[in-house]
Parts: sequence; structure tokens; C-alpha cells
Amino acid sequence: MADPMKIRAQLKGDVTEIRVLMGHPMETGQRKDAAGATVPAHFIQSMTVDVGGKRVVDGQIATAVSRNPVFGFKVKGAKVGDKVVVSWVDNKGDKRTDEAAVA
Amino acid sequence: MNTTRRTVLKGATASGVLAGLIAAGALRPTQVMAAEWNKAAFEAKDMAGALKGLGAGSPADSKDLILKAPDIAENGAVVPVDVVSNIPKTTSIAILVEKNPLPLCASFEFANGALAEASARLKMGQTSLVKAVAKADGKFYTAQKEVKVTVGGCGG
Repeated sequence: MADPMKIRAQLKGDVTEIRVLMGHPMETGQRKDAAGATVPAHFIQSMTVDVGGKRVVDGQIATAVSRNPVFGFKVKGAKVGDKVVVSWVDNKGDKRTDEAAVA
Repeated sequence: MNTTRRTVLKGATASGVLAGLIAAGALRPTQVMAAEWNKAAFEAKDMAGALKGLGAGSPADSKDLILKAPDIAENGAVVPVDVVSNIPKTTSIAILVEKNPLPLCASFEFANGALAEASARLKMGQTSLVKAVAKADGKFYTAQKEVKVTVGGCGG
């Protein structure tokens, strides 16, 4: 199981800034290890962000996203205390869901 | 036997059921779209193929689509990119790096109050144009910027 995500959701005015850090190797499948063997691709394929029970961001990503991906989004209309749920699924079927509250 | 009529009737019933489900909220359109990773777009090896996979064809340049990226990235493994679309009714944003082996990096769809804005950190193999593509009201728009990479982020 992958490491927990770090999620920060901060209300500024009427816009909530959401930042997520996911712990994932994001292996491209193009890198070779010391022995010269190709390291198989292992990367997050899809991710979603729900705020207050509503889907706000639906993302698909590929190997070109950096290791331990960081994403930032902004959402209007959320309130302090609203639940922010972030999920991802990678190409091996591993998944992880974490949540935080809007502060 | 009039087979055409049969097929039409069958089709009508099926789409009727689907429309009913959408109306009932059991199958929201966003969820239907989220089901599949867009393999055609993500595995395209050049810009044209990736744009085609996104259904974008040749998007129009737009000043209202703002792509923020460094002029020079010291480390190609972590290039911060920030895209903001001020185009009304923007529903999705995709980020592409022209000279990466697989140009399409990420694509995000927004709903329920999310602003058309996304930031991410990308890997870049070499100096290249970074392109943002936004979909607004069924049309595609683009903005681009060259990022110089001194140390590549691909390979070992």
C-alpha cells in the first residue's frame, strides 16, 4: 500500500485552494536500472477530487508527471469543514483514498 | 421482414433506458467519461496524435489561457507548471510536453464549482514547448511556452 497523501484545503475568500501530494514512484518504463534492465512502468493513471460529496476534479495522468506528484486545484463554493476526498488508481491497480477537511 | 425497423426500435429502447439513468442521476455523464483512461491520447508518441486522442484536432491559440512554467528548469524531473483558463465554460485542461516520448502528461476535467485551474509537476526529457489545451463550450484552445531544460528528467 502506498504512503498516505498529504492534502491541504484552505478557504481563502470564497475560493478553496486544494493541494495534494501523493507518494508514488511514477516509474516511466523508460528508465534502466544499474544492471541495464528496463524498470517497468508504474504510474498513477487516474485521480479524482471530491469536495462536500461532489466530484470537482477528474484527472487522468501519465508517466510524465513527476515522482511523488503534487497537484493544485481551486474550488468555489466550499465551506470550512467540508470533506475533501482524493483518490488515485495506478496502472497496476493499486489505489489509495485519503481525506481532509476544508480549513 | 423489415429488419431496419427492428434495429431502429431496439436502438431507441436502449438509448431511452440510458437517458432515463442519466436523468435519475444513477449514471452521471462525468462518471461515464471517467471510466476509461484515454489510452489513445496518453500513448500517442507525438503531439498531433495526442491532440487527436483528446479530440482536440488543431486548437486555436488563446490569450485567455495562461500557462505558467519556468523559462529554465534546472531539474527536468520536477518542472512546476500552472495552467489557468479564463475562457468562460472551460470544462477541461490538458498539459502536454512536445518533445517528451509520450507528450500528453495530464488531463483534468472540472465540475461542481472547481475553477478551471490546475498545477502539477512534470518530467521533461529535454528543452521543449509545453502546451496547455483547454476545452470550453465544445471548442479547444491552446497556449504554449518553451521551457529550457539543463538536466533531463527521463532516463537514468
